[in-house]
Amino acid sequence: MSGSPPPALEVADLAVDLRSGGRTIRAVDGMSLTLDAGETLAIVGESGCGKSVTALAILRLLPQRIATMRASRLRLGGEDLVGLSEEEMRRLRGNRISMVFQEPMTSLNPVLSVGRQIIETIRTHRGLDRAAATAEALDLLRLVRIPDGERRLGQYPFEMSGGMRQRVMIAMAVACRPAVLLADEPTTALDVTVQAQILDLLQDLQRRIGTAMVLITHDLGVVAQSARRVVVMYAGRKVEEAPVGRLFADPRHPYTLGLLASMPRLGSSAAHGPRGRLREMSGSVPVMDGRIEGCPFAARCAHALDLCRRSAPEPVEIAPDHRVACWRAQERLEMAHGRV
Amino acid sequence: MLRYILKRLLMVVPVMGVVTVVVFVLSRVGPGDPVTIMLGEFATAEQIARTRTALGLDLPLPAQYFAWLAQTLQGNLGLSLFTRKPVLELIAQSAAPTVLLTLCAMVYAVLVAVPLGVLAAARAGSLVDRAVMAGAVLGFSTPVFVLGYILAYVFGLRLGLLPVQGFPGLEAGPVAVLRALTLPALAIGATFVALIARVTRASMLEVLNEDYIRTARAKGLRRPVVLLVHALKNAAVPVVTMIGIGFGILLSGVVVTESVFAIPGIGRLTVDAIFRRDFPVIQGVVLVMSAVYVLLNLLVDLSYMLFDPRIRY
Repeated sequence: MSGSPPPALEVADLAVDLRSGGRTIRAVDGMSLTLDAGETLAIVGESGCGKSVTALAILRLLPQRIATMRASRLRLGGEDLVGLSEEEMRRLRGNRISMVFQEPMTSLNPVLSVGRQIIETIRTHRGLDRAAATAEALDLLRLVRIPDGERRLGQYPFEMSGGMRQRVMIAMAVACRPAVLLADEPTTALDVTVQAQILDLLQDLQRRIGTAMVLITHDLGVVAQSARRVVVMYAGRKVEEAPVGRLFADPRHPYTLGLLASMPRLGSSAAHGPRGRLREMSGSVPVMDGRIEGCPFAARCAHALDLCRRSAPEPVEIAPDHRVACWRAQERLEMAHGRV
Repeated sequence: MLRYILKRLLMVVPVMGVVTVVVFVLSRVGPGDPVTIMLGEFATAEQIARTRTALGLDLPLPAQYFAWLAQTLQGNLGLSLFTRKPVLELIAQSAAPTVLLTLCAMVYAVLVAVPLGVLAAARAGSLVDRAVMAGAVLGFSTPVFVLGYILAYVFGLRLGLLPVQGFPGLEAGPVAVLRALTLPALAIGATFVALIARVTRASMLEVLNEDYIRTARAKGLRRPVVLLVHALKNAAVPVVTMIGIGFGILLSGVVVTESVFAIPGIGRLTVDAIFRRDFPVIQGVVLVMSAVYVLLNLLVDLSYMLFDPRIRY
């Protein structure tokens, strides 16, 4: 074995098929990512691009009746997850790898007290008795900056605000000091001011606990603020991956260009310019039911070549840690008059 | 909550008022006359008139109604026209078998149906699920008297394990009582096993799709905890409602079930009273049963609070 520690999470060639009404949709296709210990990796992309499915597949939480997945490699801190039984996976969930969901309103059980929901996670994985687990839960509430913990433990989710609930979700997720935290749009359902607090909290926790985080979001502002590296997903595939600074400075995939152009910036012409409009990408994500040959973005892409419609590009490394799945990745493409 | 309970109890008053009118009118509009039944066909007109006066049956109907109502309001349901025993006492005497049978049937139904419903929902679409649902259709569509006779034949006559009919009385001890109630409870409970299992399954299926179930799984909770704590508690309200309705059906069905199994309970008392046009008994039984039903409904509504903290009265 070499001296360097294994990555916190390694995923290679993850594919997820979802069946619905007799159709099979390839929701995730050839997804690969590596998450180093303690780092934050953002996955961005629009709704339906397979971000959440990727996270749920890693935790093996997709309903087996409709989902099949496979991966050539799926490792958590060097441990292979592919061959694990459901019981072995259960022991890892909430323990060494955990998840924060988008909707704090619906993701907490409405009929169980907040305390109970935190304490059961602790007791399930750490075998503490009730008193010790309760003390630990109080510590966790302090950690996620919920004041007046004793009273809060006895409350029910409906007695709390959205921001508070999301803090509770986070407290549950970090209860066992996981090596990996999958945060699926953790701020999307919240008010803007609360969003900033939650992001700040997540980063703070990450520093204290040393958890590596996959931050799933469609908000590039969140990415710029929190992540070290970014993976851009489109139609179930990784189209670009780069360190955050590089992605914002030198985006190569036309889809990434479009995403960046549709983001409001203070002082930019989009916010203050004569048109005062953000650029939007025309079209929508295609349904991946096996009928599309070639690059899935070709239909929306202003730079598409004939080649793009025939054959799908694989990710190639164009600079250190910067991979792009585009036939024209070596060129420096520009937004062409509002179109990508 | 106390306010709510008081309000609900106050609402019982008009309900019971309507019940008194309905039961009084229904018992009088039917054909037949208690006095002729009592005295037999050879009684003279003078005997009949005298008895009728003695029993107060010669008064105009409104006068009879208000006399009965006044008496009832004082907690006195009157005397049976035939046995001259207080109606309340008659009801109390025959209540034990009815109450025990109803409770046994319901406890049995809940203990069998809820686990089956949970299992079916947890394995939705599987062979187990289909077997449970097929069994539910069968259980629901088999009449009590058919199932009752089958059970009596198999366990009573063939295997000789359990008494087929009758009720030994409380003084016979709990074992004898339970043995006597087993077959009737199984027969009556079957319908409710089916109903409650179906409602449990449907309610569980809905809950199992909720985000918080995914959260529970993402926390690595054991499957039984996910199903029985996180899902079932959320799924409980419709199930409890069904159980409440079940009690109502059972209470109104005692007339049939007690006849099939020859159990001397409220059902038997009612049938005998109807055959003899024993007005005070008929009225008393209906009144008491209605009150019990209304109170059961209140209890069901209050029990929702046990399952869902968002429900507060």
